[in-house]
Amino acid sequence: MPTARAAKRAAFRLGAVVLAGALLAACGGSSDGASDSANGKVTITVDLFGSFGYKEAGLYAEYERLHPNVTIKQTDTEDEADYWRSLQTRLAGGAGLADVQGVEVGRIASVTQQQADKFEDLRKYGADALKGQFAEAKWAAATGRNGEVLGLGTDVGPEAMCYRTDLLKQAGLPTDREVLSKRWATWDGYLELGRQYKAKAPSKSAWLDSVGSLFSIMIGQEEERYYDDSGALIWETNPAIENAWNASIEASEAGLSAKLDQWSPQWNQAFSAGSFATLPCPAWMLGYIKGQAGETGKGKWDIAALPGGAGNWGGSYLAVPRAAKHKKEAYELIKWLTAPEQQSKIFAKQGNFPSATAAIAQIADATDPYFSGAPIGRIFGEAAEAAPVQVLGVHDQNVAQQITNALSEVERKGTKPDKAWENAKKGVKNIIG
Amino acid sequence: MTLTASARPNPASRPSSIRRVWRQLSPYAYIAPFFSLFAAFGLFPLIYTAYVSLYRVELQTPGDMEWRGLDNYTALLADEFFWTSLRNTFTIGVLSTVPQLVMALGLAHVLNYKLRGRTFFRTAILLPYATSVAAATLVFAQLFGRDFGLINYGLGLVGISPVDWQTGTVASQIAVSTIVIWRWTGYNALIYLAGMQSIPHELYEAAEMDGASRWRQFVHVTLPGLRPTIVFTVIVSTIGATQLFGEPLLFEGSVSGGISHQYQTLGLYMYEQGWGFFHLGRAAAIAWVMFLLILALVGANALITRRHSRKEAGR
Repeated sequence: MPTARAAKRAAFRLGAVVLAGALLAACGGSSDGASDSANGKVTITVDLFGSFGYKEAGLYAEYERLHPNVTIKQTDTEDEADYWRSLQTRLAGGAGLADVQGVEVGRIASVTQQQADKFEDLRKYGADALKGQFAEAKWAAATGRNGEVLGLGTDVGPEAMCYRTDLLKQAGLPTDREVLSKRWATWDGYLELGRQYKAKAPSKSAWLDSVGSLFSIMIGQEEERYYDDSGALIWETNPAIENAWNASIEASEAGLSAKLDQWSPQWNQAFSAGSFATLPCPAWMLGYIKGQAGETGKGKWDIAALPGGAGNWGGSYLAVPRAAKHKKEAYELIKWLTAPEQQSKIFAKQGNFPSATAAIAQIADATDPYFSGAPIGRIFGEAAEAAPVQVLGVHDQNVAQQITNALSEVERKGTKPDKAWENAKKGVKNIIG
Repeated sequence: MTLTASARPNPASRPSSIRRVWRQLSPYAYIAPFFSLFAAFGLFPLIYTAYVSLYRVELQTPGDMEWRGLDNYTALLADEFFWTSLRNTFTIGVLSTVPQLVMALGLAHVLNYKLRGRTFFRTAILLPYATSVAAATLVFAQLFGRDFGLINYGLGLVGISPVDWQTGTVASQIAVSTIVIWRWTGYNALIYLAGMQSIPHELYEAAEMDGASRWRQFVHVTLPGLRPTIVFTVIVSTIGATQLFGEPLLFEGSVSGGISHQYQTLGLYMYEQGWGFFHLGRAAAIAWVMFLLILALVGANALITRRHSRKEAGR
């Protein structure tokens, strides 16, 4: 049956060609997750890092109630460095971006100086009118060279000192926040108390979590850190960096630290184990402490003023990428999320301190039962007011990371401080060069 | 479907020209799927990577490419971190491959005997291989925790003070190698087992008649019979070790391979340059160096085995 066979063969050949074509076509095509605008429904995607706390505070649910046609989907990466890497890859590819992307203040200079063309200028949607709502420096930092508004401020990170009253009591130290604020008015006083704590502390309990966090919080008290006003890298010769470095080395040599790298799983576990008595805490750390220490930690923690004066560590922005699908809707959402009422709700729930001036006034009397009823509104409010306006640079986060890595080497590997400092310099050169 | 129509009852008469063309072209159509996929996902990335490696390209500004010639490669020679990662790749490779293959041989030997529940054990040793790298590494990272890890707890029971498995150079490399060993031993054991079963049974019987102990049987019958299999596993493990990436990345979630790059492998360093620091040109150069390195290693391997077997044949 030659005919039938020939037909079969021909069909097979054809099939092979069609299959090859289909495979190639499949390579080119791509499918979109949220294509739902047909029925008037909009899914706004939000991609964040750390804990912004919107979901926890029920703000998405509230927004969805106010706008029945909107559904909000949030994805979240715990470590900001991981988040930033992934965001950069997607920005370069111009795909896979959420409608709303969070940006940490340590990265905002990279957005305004290098990537202004990748994010929406929110003036297009009338963001100009919001300027008066925000603290001046917060607004200025997200403004591009040509006046573009590239993000709306969420929180700021006024700094304080969190501590475990139960552990301090066991070591015979005062636990009252006013007394402690006076005793550790300076960093020397803080380290001195640390030595006293170490002498009488329960076993396996250190004065602070890591010298890296000591360095980070001290750097927050400075105006000029890694860059100067002209945008030049000055960290190697900046006396402020040297000062914070030396204090961290001193703490390490005195054995005051639990040697736990921040954000590591070990660090997380240590919250419930009581491995450290004090934790330098920007306002956003409060939510983190609650999350890690859990219900059993309630009432054991308290908050006092930061040694050595006010400072700021961190804080964030919400931005809308050019490649986003629902830009207008995304803007409406972030406008609402960063409005004073929502910012104060977040503060009450998570501790993220507002960057909207009206919200700061609203929460002045807030206290937190988790932190033994500490007047968090007053403590962080005063810190926010007195904190210096920091000079931001493109590589702030990278330099900070290299220095805290070097400090970890000193305290965990016993590397000589001079050697570790050289390592940090090499690391920075490797990143920037 | 013209072909169907052209298949006339008398196929002996001159075939239509369409059919002739088809006869010549159809082999290409058969192999087209593979080659088009290979060109798109194998060849093109390879060549494009080489092209990128000659430029200074930053992820944030991919449009501005600046010609650097071989500068990316020469810069690597002076790059301390590159040499560290090369050394780490080598030491972790040895630390993981050697025990892995030795243990796999032993396991295969044991499983080759008539054991009760043999199939169960054979399946069981393959389970680690079926586990995802991420899941396995995250669990091992917990086990190797400094303060609350099970391994340090165990060491504490026998009076050894806790080891910092994350920061110590040797300790962290042992920890990372452990994960690799755990995942791949069973896989190699199964390959050895298959190789052992193809060794003729008569050889063992003859050896037994001559009074050879089990150990001597293993050394003089099993090992020579397994040589091609061993060469295969050595090559595959070498390639795997050169590309090692997932385990060191997820061990602490650090793209630097620890605070002082103590367990950063070449693959991880490439990733750090490309997707951590966004220097795509430099990352591409590292990728090509890795590629050449693997070629050289496999070439050396092939050379040694060929010379060896020629020597054998000459005896």
